Amino acid sequence: MEIKKELMYSKTHEWVKADGQKAYIGLTDYARIQLGQIVFIDLPEINSTAEAEQSLAEVESVKAVAEVLSPISGTVNEVNEALINNPELINEDVYGSWLVLIEMSDPAEINNLMNSEEYENFCKTLSEEESH
Amino acid sequence: MKRTPLYEKHLEYKGKLIDFGGWELPVEYVGIIPEHEAVRNSAGLFDVSHMGEVTVTGEDAEKYIQKMVTNDISNMDVMQIYYSPMCYPNGGVVDDLLIYKYNREKYLLVINAANTEKDVEWLQSNVSGNLKVKNVSSEYAQLALQGPKAQKILQKLTDKNLDDIKFFHFCDEVPIGEMKVFVSRNGYTGEDGFEVLVAPQEAEKLWDRIIEAGKEDGLLPAGLGARDTLRFEVCLPLYGHEINDSITPLEAGLGFFVKLDKDDFIGKEELMNQKSSGLKRKLCGIEMIDRGIPRAGFEVFSEGRKIGYITSGSYSPTLKKNIGLALMDIEFSEEGREVEVLIRNKLLKTKIIKKPFYAKKYKNKR
Repeated sequence: MEIKKELMYSKTHEWVKADGQKAYIGLTDYARIQLGQIVFIDLPEINSTAEAEQSLAEVESVKAVAEVLSPISGTVNEVNEALINNPELINEDVYGSWLVLIEMSDPAEINNLMNSEEYENFCKTLSEEESH
Repeated sequence: MKRTPLYEKHLEYKGKLIDFGGWELPVEYVGIIPEHEAVRNSAGLFDVSHMGEVTVTGEDAEKYIQKMVTNDISNMDVMQIYYSPMCYPNGGVVDDLLIYKYNREKYLLVINAANTEKDVEWLQSNVSGNLKVKNVSSEYAQLALQGPKAQKILQKLTDKNLDDIKFFHFCDEVPIGEMKVFVSRNGYTGEDGFEVLVAPQEAEKLWDRIIEAGKEDGLLPAGLGARDTLRFEVCLPLYGHEINDSITPLEAGLGFFVKLDKDDFIGKEELMNQKSSGLKRKLCGIEMIDRGIPRAGFEVFSEGRKIGYITSGSYSPTLKKNIGLALMDIEFSEEGREVEVLIRNKLLKTKIIKKPFYAKKYKNKR
């Protein structure tokens, strides 16, 4: 499983790449492994409001339906439209396939997220729980 | 959770294990889509040891089975297999099963894993005449080798000419090395293929030999996920979805397997009434027009009125479309009609299409 050093992570397996007031949101490798091949994605409307820990998008694999929760609050500035017809791009490159770009209303929320080291430990705990 | 004799193989092949009706079984190994494609284009190997097996033996065996199931087994050949629903008096389905005929006094029934207990109870409580019903599920492991390359792969392992086993027929003494296994030509994928019954202690050895024989042809171990998408594309019913105790085989489009002209059988009266008064519901295929995947249980609407629900729905790996089976009010069931599916509080456009979604590719039919 791959974890990128420069990103921040949520407990629900979204990654955040902050750039000033803006942040790209995507799914982590852990989410990809759990879901399997993604065959459908539903992205939010541009200019809609994103709220931290609330539903932002939906992804579906053949067997599973998963909600993508927004790691931060703000306004949806852009969505990655290439994914709508080719959701499998996410499986090919999770960290290159951002889902939405959010204009953050409170950039300090980033501090509530985990850094790569914390996220790695978090995932380890999860897989240990699973194997018991 | 119960484990099949192939549990260690699922771990070895890194299967993603889930709870399937109380059985710990792999939903996928490398992925549902590659496994699905392997079965359509080459071959896949499934562990279906969780299926239940029941023997019916005795001089009244044929008469008894005739009473229990909706299909007519009176003209069955020996070593032939029939598919049939088994109904309650109200026409609802107890289970759907395969009937293997050795002779008029000896049959093997293969039933759904999750229904095994219920079926055995139902079968035993309806015994009349001179016969025995015995649950022999634990005496067998079962492998399904499915796909256009299935015969080529299995033939490498045996001197028995597999051309001699016709579609929906079986042979109970196929030599594979020092083993003698039970091979039938049938399956749950819409492709040519075989199901193999083997003693539990020989299951791992058989698995390894088939995997080895299939290597050069791209055989993959395949999980329950692919088994479901494969059967769904060819519209083979799944108990608990297309049929259950409140859906009759006629509503589910299984009328071909309901022989209302044979002597009395359980459910006959209700099914005759349903047929003569006209069906009210019909199982239809649907294809999404709007973006979304219909899933089992989602409701179907027309002009604000609920007209049915999805029994099975998925992204189709072969067709690359989002499709479903829906049990619908018959007034709304004609092909081409546009209706709506409620997906996450949104009514999304869909249209009724022809079944099956993918044509079956059976071989050696006679």
